[in-house]
Amino acid sequence: MSDARTEIFSRVHKALGRESLSSQQRKSLDERMASAPDLIRPQFSDDLVEHFANQLQSVAASFVRVSNTEGIIPAITEHLDSLGLNHKLVVAPSLKDLQWPKNFEIHSGRARDADLASVTGCFVAVAETGSVVLLSSPESPTTLNFLPDYHIAIVKSSQLVRHMEDVWTEFRQLPGGIPRTINLISGPSKTADVEQTLQVGAHGPRSFHVVFVEQS
Amino acid sequence: MQSNSHNFKKNVKGALQDKELQIALAHVQEGFINKRALAVDKLAEFEQLREQAKQIRNHTLEHLDYYLERYEQAVTKLGGQVHWARDSKEACEIVLNICQQAEAKSVIKGKSMVSEEIGLNEVLEQSGMDVIESDLGEYILQLAEEPPSHIIAPAIHKTRDQISDLFVKHHAQYGFSERQTTVPNLVNEARAVLRKRFLEADVGITGGNFLVAETGSNIIVTNEGNGDLSCTLPKVHIVTSGIEKVVPTLDDATALLRLLGRSATGQEITSYTTFSSGPKRPEDLDGPEQYHVVLVDNVRSKMLADEFREMLRCIRCGACMNHCPVYGSVGGHVYGWVYPGPMGVVLSSMNLGLEETKDLANACTLNGRCAEVCPVKIPLPDLLRNLRRQQHEARLNSLAVRYGLNIWAAIAKRPAIYAAMMRIAMPLMGALGRKRGRFRYFPLAGGWTAGRDLPAPQGSTFQSLYSKRTRQKT
Repeated sequence: MSDARTEIFSRVHKALGRESLSSQQRKSLDERMASAPDLIRPQFSDDLVEHFANQLQSVAASFVRVSNTEGIIPAITEHLDSLGLNHKLVVAPSLKDLQWPKNFEIHSGRARDADLASVTGCFVAVAETGSVVLLSSPESPTTLNFLPDYHIAIVKSSQLVRHMEDVWTEFRQLPGGIPRTINLISGPSKTADVEQTLQVGAHGPRSFHVVFVEQS
Repeated sequence: MQSNSHNFKKNVKGALQDKELQIALAHVQEGFINKRALAVDKLAEFEQLREQAKQIRNHTLEHLDYYLERYEQAVTKLGGQVHWARDSKEACEIVLNICQQAEAKSVIKGKSMVSEEIGLNEVLEQSGMDVIESDLGEYILQLAEEPPSHIIAPAIHKTRDQISDLFVKHHAQYGFSERQTTVPNLVNEARAVLRKRFLEADVGITGGNFLVAETGSNIIVTNEGNGDLSCTLPKVHIVTSGIEKVVPTLDDATALLRLLGRSATGQEITSYTTFSSGPKRPEDLDGPEQYHVVLVDNVRSKMLADEFREMLRCIRCGACMNHCPVYGSVGGHVYGWVYPGPMGVVLSSMNLGLEETKDLANACTLNGRCAEVCPVKIPLPDLLRNLRRQQHEARLNSLAVRYGLNIWAAIAKRPAIYAAMMRIAMPLMGALGRKRGRFRYFPLAGGWTAGRDLPAPQGSTFQSLYSKRTRQKT
């Protein structure tokens, strides 16, 4: 039995009617890879933050705008209270040093099944789609985004980009290389598998709340 | 998966009489078609994006060897492993082997059509593993012991009532004794049952909507978050995907993602778009310790060589089946294999052979809606016509059809004879059918007139009207 990889490549070559690529062809493909092609981006002209907020609302996420970092904790408190939740949170390690009030029970790290609500930051957020982008790292474990019933994400105005392509531009400049997981989150978990009826809270968070922080 | 495509005609009769199925199919029309139309209307660049997507997919397929190599290098560099499978059997063996190495007892699955294609669940179950589908639709079908009937809404043929019955029967063992009848309660019950399974699973298996050569990532697109839990919680993550799913860069993937959600469910973007690249990094607090990708060929390299290459552009959105009047009348099961609807007819014929699937391509009305909505502009009606031609050449159609077509071809290729015959036949038919204006039965067209009347021709033939007009104009 010949090696499957060798055989599949030889089938592909045969199908394409050629042997492996010439060094010149390879070079031009390398170039295409190195400088991502300029592709069509959907245009929109309204205010970036408003567009982001509207897109989030259209995917059943909630959005609140605060004028500076001091507004973060009151906004979180208000959100938890409006859902009738206690003040017990699992937070991303990057957020453990926020000035959490004394009546909050905070632990940081990865999420466990018992964790009801999580708070994370983000890498960037995309106005085009109303997406919050999170990269996995010790400071931002992926389980925080999926295990708890309620997910709150903090987005700073400097983190808002226009198109999805802008995420990749930012991302390629990171020193550490690609993380294990990139999550583009656009709304809460939902399903329409029962009679095409939309129901939130399928397997992941039942609500997704964005606290948007204006910065001068 | 075992094929039942040869029973197509028989299955169609059953489906048309299945009242619950017909109720369920009505949701396809309300749901998918209208939502897609709204999303397309909102995006001015949609048509340009379709053309661009076609170019990206064509470019990738023309250089498939290059992009597969680059993809493999990128995955390997991150500490992941790429496995190559010539066919379903080999793919299943590879996955089984990985699971056994990991001493897996429990396997949780995100939705993967390739895993359906290769018949993975049976193989793992036969080796004593507990395999759980976590996409709600797939889970419902696993309880019902049925295959999916739609590639993105697998349980679309099930009514709420039927789902309630299934949950009562299968969830009593977990202490759920009350029969739930509302959608929120049904979803909540499934969530509670499946959450436990996510936490105890040793291996998570997902598909790959796209594979990115630039970064070695597999992309999964979900709304439920089940795929994410499947690839985050277990200590091993296996991706099953076809070799054609590779795209060059993150930007190319983005261009395709803009079309996928809109074409599938009318969503600009799904709740979760997730890029997984390699196993967890040493310092990460969660994520799998092993990352494997199983790349399946099956007939893909063969399609790359022949007139069906364009089918490999497919991004599995399901728009073709949502807009297909045949699918809309009979649902997905009658097609008898993994992929239903127009794209399924082509893929089934390629995978199972023309003989097993010969009725499928002939059930097409060539109305062309599938090609109009396809986000990567696959000329599905042309491909279906190619299948019919191949059947004809392989003498797989019935004698009557074959001779009929040959006689028709002989006449149609000789315009003088054709016009002369029409000049006699049309007035004759017109005269015979004048009383009713239609025929309830017509010789040699019994199958056609069984379901509708044939209108009697009125006045002159098209050809004579056409030449008359041309003369008048000059």
